[in-house]
Amino acid sequence: MAKVIERPKLTWYEHLYLPAVAQGLAMTFREMFKPNITMQYPEERQVFYDDYRGAPVLVKDELGREKCVSCQLCEFICPPKAIVIEPGEIPHDDPDNHVEKAPREFFIDMLRCIYCGMCEEICPEEAIFMSSEYELNGTNRAELIHNKAKLYERGGKRVDSIRKWKDK
Amino acid sequence: MNETVFYFATTLGKIVVFTHLALILAALMVLGERRISAVMQSRLGPNRVGYGGLLQPIADALKFFFKEDVVPGQVEKVLYILAPAITVIPALLTIAVIPFGPALTIFGTEVPLVIADLDIGILFVFAIASLGVYGVVLAGWASNSRYPLLGGVRSSAQMISYELVLGLSVIGIFMSTGSLRLLDVVAAQQDGVWFAFSQPLGFLLFVICAFAETNRLPFDTPEAETELVAGYHTEYSSMKFAMFFMGEYTAMFVFAALISTLFLGGWDIPFVTAEQLAAWGNWGSLLGFVSFFTKCLCFMFFYIWVRWTIPRFRFDQTMALGWKVGIPAGVANIVATAFILLPPGTL
Repeated sequence: MAKVIERPKLTWYEHLYLPAVAQGLAMTFREMFKPNITMQYPEERQVFYDDYRGAPVLVKDELGREKCVSCQLCEFICPPKAIVIEPGEIPHDDPDNHVEKAPREFFIDMLRCIYCGMCEEICPEEAIFMSSEYELNGTNRAELIHNKAKLYERGGKRVDSIRKWKDK
Repeated sequence: MNETVFYFATTLGKIVVFTHLALILAALMVLGERRISAVMQSRLGPNRVGYGGLLQPIADALKFFFKEDVVPGQVEKVLYILAPAITVIPALLTIAVIPFGPALTIFGTEVPLVIADLDIGILFVFAIASLGVYGVVLAGWASNSRYPLLGGVRSSAQMISYELVLGLSVIGIFMSTGSLRLLDVVAAQQDGVWFAFSQPLGFLLFVICAFAETNRLPFDTPEAETELVAGYHTEYSSMKFAMFFMGEYTAMFVFAALISTLFLGGWDIPFVTAEQLAAWGNWGSLLGFVSFFTKCLCFMFFYIWVRWTIPRFRFDQTMALGWKVGIPAGVANIVATAFILLPPGTL
């Protein structure tokens, strides 16, 4: 059944429309004096909360050791298959040989990454985190495939309350 | 000095100064429009080029110059190229009869601050300003594609309706001044009240028509970017598009100047009589010019203000407003003025 919408009957005063126009003009005039909300981008930047999901990075523990043990869980969970890990063993004479393995290379293709944060969630060693970095650009595609060195450089050291490898 | 040479020199000077004034104002108006609309929407607008974005118009113009001038294959070449020129030239021509201020005295000779002091002043403006619409219509036709054609058709329909109301709305003024010369109209307002107060209905109608004639919101159906892509200038690019833009903004300035002249007392300063202004000599002229220009700028601001307040009318609403409200109101204004002007005891 068709629904009939009742149109309000206008009085002769409302029918002039001019009072309504004047009201509208007053409204826009008042808006002019309200503070603007524009952020002057390159000078001012957005401040993000800690859980912001920006570009994924690798972190080192409080002693500056690699946290990643190259279990490759992140590589397997990654929905767009952006992560590629080349696992490698840590030699016995290495001072950081508290675990058996570390990645020889770690690639994250930022052109594929969808910033879902699954790699961070699944990581048993808490080695990969979503940073608050959101400005990613490069002059060619290769520049946007982050390698291990770049990922560690961006991630830096992260001191956590749980110190799994403290005594190793 | 030879009188003829003096006359030519001053006239040439006036032409150069006034047309450039209008063009520079048109350019600044584009910036003003962007900045003011930004402020009304809690934004900033372009503020990077020059101090507070003042050089933005130059950057825009440079961009237009360097853009590729695309002429689509399906267009009617001659008319397509002619159309932008037809929009700009009438807009610039109408500046000829606008009085910018009281007469200057140069070397003991009075030089009126109007390029051509025509006795048919306002008729000249209407005649030439209506030519401007040919640019729009021809652009729509010559582009040979759907949206420009619709824009052009809308424009011509709108023009016909509102030109009538425009004419009717000013008749009241000329009934009371008894002259079509714009200098006489200003003089009449210097002696009495501004016509905006003695002819409120005529003023309102004229303002509405000014918006319709310059294709400004809420009457921008010929462009209507939300429905017609860009209306009549959809197929235009580079400087041809810029010329449409220029013509449009110059026309806006012309109408602002006309409203200042016809309804807001021209160069009249409130509570200052014509004699007092004349007593200050050339400084008085300058003051009058500033007063006139301030009124124009205020109206230019009003254009922008209204643009961000009132949404676009549907096309049938535009037509209905013109024919069913505008024309009867215009006629009523003439009849009412006639009754007031009747000498007492005639009836």
